Amino acid sequence: MDRVTDLASKKAAVIFTKSSCCMCHSIKALFYELGASPAIHEVDQDPDMEWALRRLGCNPAIPAVFIGGKYVGSARDVISLHVDGSLKQKLIEARAIWF
Amino acid sequence: MKLTQLEQELQRARQQGIFISSSGEQSQSMSGNGALAFDVEYGRWLEDHNRRINELKGAVSNHAGDGELRIIVDSVVAHYEDIFRIKADAAKADVFHVLSGMWKTPAERCFLWLGGFRSSEILKLLITQLEPLTEQQLLAIGNLQQSSQQAEDALSQGMEALQQSLAETIAGSLGSSNSSGNVANYMGQMAMAMGKLGTLEGFIRQADNLRQQTLQQMHRILTTRQSARALIAINDYSSRLRALSSLWLARPRE
Repeated sequence: MDRVTDLASKKAAVIFTKSSCCMCHSIKALFYELGASPAIHEVDQDPDMEWALRRLGCNPAIPAVFIGGKYVGSARDVISLHVDGSLKQKLIEARAIWF
Repeated sequence: MKLTQLEQELQRARQQGIFISSSGEQSQSMSGNGALAFDVEYGRWLEDHNRRINELKGAVSNHAGDGELRIIVDSVVAHYEDIFRIKADAAKADVFHVLSGMWKTPAERCFLWLGGFRSSEILKLLITQLEPLTEQQLLAIGNLQQSSQQAEDALSQGMEALQQSLAETIAGSLGSSNSSGNVANYMGQMAMAMGKLGTLEGFIRQADNLRQQTLQQMHRILTTRQSARALIAINDYSSRLRALSSLWLARPRE
């Protein structure tokens, strides 16, 4: 759990993914499109990390998106936040992007 | 000749299906046939939707007050939630049927994206149909269009990655014959491919989530009267596409 929080605080935008997860690919693509450079952590070889994400309440565990160290949600949440403009706002506040 | 016979059988099955479902009994033809069940439910939803839009049109042409308009507009928006729920169940039962768009008419299928319409295209339509908009509204709708476009592109990229991954898995299952190791390889790769197909449902869910969120955000940006015009415009556009499909299907052939 600490490893997750620790990693999540290291960069403005952090995404936990699995290399086999194509939805993760979509969320990464969205962040790149917005000009954010998220830190990507693949948890394929790290069941402890995946378990820790679940314990933190990340459901589904993958992808798990953190902005400014705070858990923002999974794919569904990120898409919803992008539609109402909140995603960009959060990224700007966390200084992951500037406009 | 064969095509007509198939169409007649499908028609008969549909009528049977409708009859059986209204009597409340489960039947062989309905259970395990998610595609047919969905087609029927969608047909009913569409009828219901058209009825509500006609009610809305009546209220608008009778110069109904904002209060009355709001009630009808809210009911139409709430009714949209129903079809997304129905589609979610259908995608669980038969994801390929939803993806195929066979439950829509041919002209609508031209514009199919991940099992439904593109929100960004709807918004493009609305910008032209909804003038005059305040500057603030124009900005907000513009942003909404951009956001929905970006989300659509992101989901499309994920789908491409899925396709690529699936192709690689199937290719990886090919190999020289006459090797016992290859049976294990085949089974393993097929199991992986099955797993990948299973993620399709998630993509449809997120595409529908995007459609739903965009509709709701549009509703927040517009006034009640503008929302009414927007919902009517969307319905008119879709009806026009369906009419085009009928013309197309009935066209004289050499």
